[in-house]
Amino acid sequence: MSVDMSQFHQVFFDESQEHLDEMEQLLMAIDITAVDDEQLNSIFRAAHSIKGGSGIFGFDHLAQVTHIMESLLDLARKHLLQLDRELVDEFLITSDVLKAILAAYRSDAPQDTALISQTKLKLQSLLDKHDSVIAKQEAEQGFGLFEQAANNKADEDFGFFTDVPSKPADEEDSFGFFDSPAPLKVSQDDGFGLFEPVTDNSPVPTTDVNPKTPDIEPMNKARPPTAAAKSVESATIRVDTGKVDNLVNMVGELVITQSMLSLVGAQLEGPLAEKLQSALLELDRNTREIQDAVMSIRMLPISFVFNRFPRLVRDLSTKLGKEIDLLIEGGNTEIDKSLIEKLADPLTHLVRNSIDHGVELPAKRLAAGKNPSGRVILKAQHRGGNIQISIIDDGAGLNRERILQKAADNHIEIPANPTDQDIWQLVFAPGFSTAEAVTDVSGRGVGMDVVKRNITDLGGSVEIDSRDGLGASFHIYLPLTLAILDGMGVSVGGSVFIIPLVNIIESIQPKPEQIKTVQGSALLKVRGEYWPLLNLYEVMGVQPHFTTPAEGIIVLVESNQHRFGLFVDALEGQQQAVIKSLEKHYKKVNGLAGATIMGDGSVALILDIESLARLVSHTSAKEMV
Amino acid sequence: MNHATKDNAKGVNSDSEMFEFLSFVLGNEHYALDIMKVKEIRGYEAVTKIANAPPYIKGVLNLRGDVVPIVDLRIKFAIGEAKYNEFTIVIMLNVLGRIVGIVVDAVSDVVRLAATEIMPPPEFGVAFDSKYLQGLATVEERMLILVNIEALIGSDELGLVDANTTTSQG
Repeated sequence: MSVDMSQFHQVFFDESQEHLDEMEQLLMAIDITAVDDEQLNSIFRAAHSIKGGSGIFGFDHLAQVTHIMESLLDLARKHLLQLDRELVDEFLITSDVLKAILAAYRSDAPQDTALISQTKLKLQSLLDKHDSVIAKQEAEQGFGLFEQAANNKADEDFGFFTDVPSKPADEEDSFGFFDSPAPLKVSQDDGFGLFEPVTDNSPVPTTDVNPKTPDIEPMNKARPPTAAAKSVESATIRVDTGKVDNLVNMVGELVITQSMLSLVGAQLEGPLAEKLQSALLELDRNTREIQDAVMSIRMLPISFVFNRFPRLVRDLSTKLGKEIDLLIEGGNTEIDKSLIEKLADPLTHLVRNSIDHGVELPAKRLAAGKNPSGRVILKAQHRGGNIQISIIDDGAGLNRERILQKAADNHIEIPANPTDQDIWQLVFAPGFSTAEAVTDVSGRGVGMDVVKRNITDLGGSVEIDSRDGLGASFHIYLPLTLAILDGMGVSVGGSVFIIPLVNIIESIQPKPEQIKTVQGSALLKVRGEYWPLLNLYEVMGVQPHFTTPAEGIIVLVESNQHRFGLFVDALEGQQQAVIKSLEKHYKKVNGLAGATIMGDGSVALILDIESLARLVSHTSAKEMV
Repeated sequence: MNHATKDNAKGVNSDSEMFEFLSFVLGNEHYALDIMKVKEIRGYEAVTKIANAPPYIKGVLNLRGDVVPIVDLRIKFAIGEAKYNEFTIVIMLNVLGRIVGIVVDAVSDVVRLAATEIMPPPEFGVAFDSKYLQGLATVEERMLILVNIEALIGSDELGLVDANTTTSQG
């Protein structure tokens, strides 16, 4: 039996994780002063699903903890128990414990039984406390009235809700039916307390079951959420990411094969050629559509990462005694799944940093004439071919003097006459931390360099803006996807290189008088601006057709920090390139972002403008100033 | 040119003591490598040069969608003459989870050797450092040098595997 079950474990783990995440988000969203029944029900359902699943699979620790939690939630949603901040906190802690238990089951690690029994005790004591209150209320109410009323209601309910299963008293089934079955659960052990709130407080069940208004409307009101929830469930399927990646790869191959065909088709002549070419054109469009569709499978809204932050901010601000409002903007911005997974850590670090180092304590804020509660904005938006993710706080901003001091203390190299940007970038140097005291929140000095590296590894970059006393903002720029890029093919000698289109500003055929030489390095003058030049043939070690810029083409490109001109022989045309990693079978090559396969089956190298920019800044950027 | 290497590979298990090797020629010397590491054998095709790579790394080529580096062992170990014609052979290897092509002068045969037939490698007198050698064997009056291809491809000396790629992914 257990052998048969094990194949479903992964699904159970994934689903439970989702339920827990959902539960946490809902708990965070709860407004204690005006609790939304629907939210409570959702939380209850999440807990119930986990309990059910863990019971089936024999994950007893999970089942036991969720059981008590569920009982508490059950009371809460029946308005027998008033939610307060303490209780919500307790639920949040419990959801953390559940996550830990789940993780332990998932990785076959030993369970932290001490923590589990402590959590159970804590929850049980809360439950007992409320049970006794309820018992008292119930005693005051009297039994005679209760039984009669309850029976009436149960009968009426059967008439109204034809979709309620034949055993409505079965708790296992009841969770999916929102409020309606609640009154039916009078036969449950804890059901005695039900009577009073059901008739007096709970708005939905009372109107629904009121025998005086037996019209169709309440039923309609109660049912749509169930139907909606069902349709959402059935509209998604769980697919192994490996399969999707495989599909993406195969479509990449298809695109290559398609462009090979187009090349052949273009060479044909004769009466059939035109037919073939129009068919190929059709194929081209279809392939592109398939490609877009497949790529979109991998895209997820960034809220998958963002949603964990309200909790983090809440916990941290409590711990640090700060008041912080977190604003999330652009949670629907879609981004490649592989990027989402790798973004979580760097973002967490940056948000922690803003709260710990950025936002000041309330008293200090008041003294500075600011709103005592700080604000942290988490924002995602599309910008050109990139996604920009910003973490903006209205705290004290980065402290120029302290960063310089700290960098000097830690023997970090400081550029001469540093600009603000230069100084902010020092924060990313390994071993740098300006926190006055090392806290367990941040300040161990490992981190910002890791953040920077993680993001660079994803093909992105980080920029910092800061204004003294007004706050700091960190902007992360990331490519939309890691798999495909729009590029411009350029040739040097016999080789073709791809320049990512996002980096290209324009291409020009320079006149000899536009080229100036300053201290041995060539500069290009375009519309009154001087651009440093980089000879691609030199960097890539190929034999070019032309060695003087005026004979070839100069592609003006920009990286995040620098702009420069890239001298090439000729332009080959714009194309979509499926990025193939060089590291997979070889190793990382400086100046190259990867390789791609051209229409004729040959390999072309994709230039990494960011790392080429560093070559430029070493040679000729100084003369620019 | 895609000779199937599997035809002769059958029967490996018939005698657990027997190993199969693909023998190849570099200059005047006969070498052999574990046939299970061979993915396929192809003719030499034009490759795309990689900037700042050592001369023995000829470049990369497209092997059905994978971008694969090609190493010319003749240049690396200064054996024979690095000429490229229609007889030049590339052995595509599947080692260390990577695909790497090595250029050799010719591929000669598949040989079966019993463990007892393999003698320890010589300390000198061979172009390869002895740490890349698995042993020596004599087949039909001819000396075969058995190469430990995994050690060779993974070595720092060849520089095919970035030391950082394994650590930075963690």
